[in-house]
Amino acid sequence: MYSKTVMDHFKSPRNVGVMENPDGIGEIGNPLCGDMMTIYLRIADETIKDIKFQTFGCGAAIAVSSMLTELAKGKSIEEAKKITNKDVAKALEGLPKNKLHCSNLGADALHQAIQDYEARKEGKPKGEVEGDEPDKHSHDEKCYCPYCDSQISEEETVCKNCALNVDDPQESQQAGG
Amino acid sequence: MNIINLDHISANPLLPEVQEAMIKAIQGNYGNPSSQHKMGEQASEAIEQARESLARLINCRAPKEIVFGSCGTESVNHAIKGIALAHSDKGKHIVSSNIEHNAVIRSLRRLKMMGFQVTSIPVDNHGRVNPDHVAKAIREDTILVTIMHSNNEVGTVQPIEEISKITRERNVLFHTDGVDSVGVVPIDVQELGVDALSFASNPFYGPTGVGGLYVRAGVKLWPLLEGGAQENNKRAGTENLIGIIGMGVAAELAKRDMDSRISHLKNLRTKLIQELPDHIDEYLINGDPEHCLPNLVSLSIKYIEGESVVLMLDDDNIEVSTRSACASGSLRASHVLLSTGLGFAEAQGTLVITFGVDNTEKDIAQFLAALKKTVKTLRAYSPLYNK
Repeated sequence: MYSKTVMDHFKSPRNVGVMENPDGIGEIGNPLCGDMMTIYLRIADETIKDIKFQTFGCGAAIAVSSMLTELAKGKSIEEAKKITNKDVAKALEGLPKNKLHCSNLGADALHQAIQDYEARKEGKPKGEVEGDEPDKHSHDEKCYCPYCDSQISEEETVCKNCALNVDDPQESQQAGG
Repeated sequence: MNIINLDHISANPLLPEVQEAMIKAIQGNYGNPSSQHKMGEQASEAIEQARESLARLINCRAPKEIVFGSCGTESVNHAIKGIALAHSDKGKHIVSSNIEHNAVIRSLRRLKMMGFQVTSIPVDNHGRVNPDHVAKAIREDTILVTIMHSNNEVGTVQPIEEISKITRERNVLFHTDGVDSVGVVPIDVQELGVDALSFASNPFYGPTGVGGLYVRAGVKLWPLLEGGAQENNKRAGTENLIGIIGMGVAAELAKRDMDSRISHLKNLRTKLIQELPDHIDEYLINGDPEHCLPNLVSLSIKYIEGESVVLMLDDDNIEVSTRSACASGSLRASHVLLSTGLGFAEAQGTLVITFGVDNTEKDIAQFLAALKKTVKTLRAYSPLYNK
């Protein structure tokens, strides 16, 4: 299901852990939506000198976090701002369609950590970054039914192909027949 | 590579006796059971022999009460849609529960599209249905109650006998999804008092691609597949002869070895549950401690997510399963676990561990050691831990 690169980053994640006194923190997601990611930045000369992550989530979410930190490390702030979700997914040699949302989490967390850094630089107390928190449910990637993989629109609640009710908590994927 | 299978609910190995019977059949018995010559006769006899084995396993009044099909899902669809459509002149209301398998949920959704109404009953924290709730849900126009015998995620066994007393008194038909129970725990359809019960072959070490349905004699149901007169006009289509032969042998063995298998499985289950606290902390065991399958443990481990546990254990050649699933935009937790009152984060950290006759105590010890290592690693990654 996952590419070799994804499995490599899942099994041996780079830059995982907590950072003491970081210059910027980005926190995205919540356990309710499934994944949660925290990015810590150490910045000097407007360059990311060190980066750490913590992630609660599936194999893809952990691999995305790890790859994201590798892409961002050593980059200037301006370069890091340009890292997109697509860049992360591409560097991982692709993700299963129904796991693409995990890659959104990664770049969003990085961009939020950079915002936090810039806000602190301007003297705002930490944790008061406003406005730009990305909506975890809307992103430029397309959505796919988690069961039959056919494309569905954001508004759609029932997949036209397999009749799955995407928003129905009464229904979820089951194994074992 | 020595793989430890603790995911028997997803796939069971075929017992040697089952393999042998199937290979023998492949080599010599290829007739069409509907043909009137010798090869056809031989095939037909083999199918009737398997039917008798299944009838004995679940104590039918007569073998003809067994209808063979292609899997548990087909049997569930057949029972629910077949009974509903055959009785729609009497009413269009069905009672079910909140923790059914998708085969039930989606069959009912299809019927709703056709004008039927469904009342779904909640369960308690152990995943059990209260029979009083069933009694209250039954209306004048109720034609069918469908509640599973045992749950495939938490292993809870439902009070089927108590529910059937109510359905018989109220003159409503009762189907139970017995896919994870038949051949695993003793099932007696007469004692249970059900009108229909669906089952599959693989849970009792028969081949996949075969299942069946018990329908009490006299209960009307429409076929899902129409065509020939096979299976007493209840299921058209040439039978899966080789598969049915394998299932018949598996049913004989399940009946013969039921007690020893259960005691072996219970022993493994008890060992796992007793030794867990020595390996991990902050976890929950889901399901009903008293009314449960002997071969299943549902374990919610805090601060970590199930799929990553499964992938890491797979690296140690240990197979377990998770019920969490990602949807695009949101990760969907199991409807069964949420129905038992579990939070989203706990539901996502849930593993389903299912034992089989081939497992040993050593497998449990190896699993526990690997789990300890995995939980420690993943918690170190988790922003939810130590916060």
